[in-house]
Amino acid sequence: MTFIAEIAICTALVVGGVFMLVGSYGLVKLDAPMSRLHAPTKATTLGVGSLLLAAILYSFATGGGSLHETLIVTFLFVTAPVSAHFIAKVHIHRKHTRQELPDPPEDRVWATKDRPAGDGRNG
Amino acid sequence: MPRRLTRRIFPHPFLTLLLVVVWCLLINQLSAGTVVFGLILGTLVPILTAAYWPNRPRLGNPIKFALYVLVVIWDILVANVQVAIIVLFKRNAAMQPAWVPVPLDIRTPEAIAILAGTITLTPGTVSADLSAEGHALLVHALDAPDPDAVRDTIKHRYERRLKEIFE
Repeated sequence: MTFIAEIAICTALVVGGVFMLVGSYGLVKLDAPMSRLHAPTKATTLGVGSLLLAAILYSFATGGGSLHETLIVTFLFVTAPVSAHFIAKVHIHRKHTRQELPDPPEDRVWATKDRPAGDGRNG
Repeated sequence: MPRRLTRRIFPHPFLTLLLVVVWCLLINQLSAGTVVFGLILGTLVPILTAAYWPNRPRLGNPIKFALYVLVVIWDILVANVQVAIIVLFKRNAAMQPAWVPVPLDIRTPEAIAILAGTITLTPGTVSADLSAEGHALLVHALDAPDPDAVRDTIKHRYERRLKEIFE
């Protein structure tokens, strides 16, 4: 393995580790439920992406060559926003939001708040 | 007639291509056998699932879409650093989280899904909800002293490009 490859791999590892750490720290430090949601979506994008980049670089530098990792990144990038969206919907549904929701600019109501007419439950 | 036959065999050409690529990546080895088996899967799966996909999503311009992906990756890199600084050095009390309603110009479901995903992936914003009729997106911003600026960035930087690609 050349010296340049080693530096590149180490940089990717450290960058990934730092962002994972910041993401986890944010999960603890932020206090509002909706703000807290920002931390994990961040850790997966750059943190995991960078760690997997290091894995790809290492496999090519040692001669094996592997692009498996791009699949992991792709699937994470596709699924992370969906799960974040669902968690956000739960927060809205259970009113774990500090601020009142603004009214939608065009339609009647936000989808999570929408309920069929005659449904007397509130909350 | 031949065109209808191709349509029959390849109801979703992009899906076929995607399945071949994913299969080769899963096997993690590029050989004739992998590609052929990938092609078999890429032909069978779209035919078997064609009933659930009555419309093909129309991808207007693949080059523009590739450019869009590059813009998003770049934004993820830049915005991650900005948000990391906010998380590390800004006190909770000093943060100004905000709900940002974003009126949508795009109507294609695929485009709205990609826009919502992009908003969540670019740190600092999470797409939280869609309005009941799908004409507006509710975005939560971690620290936004000026919510209107967040809305304008989303509309100009991402939605305009997606509109060009899908509509």
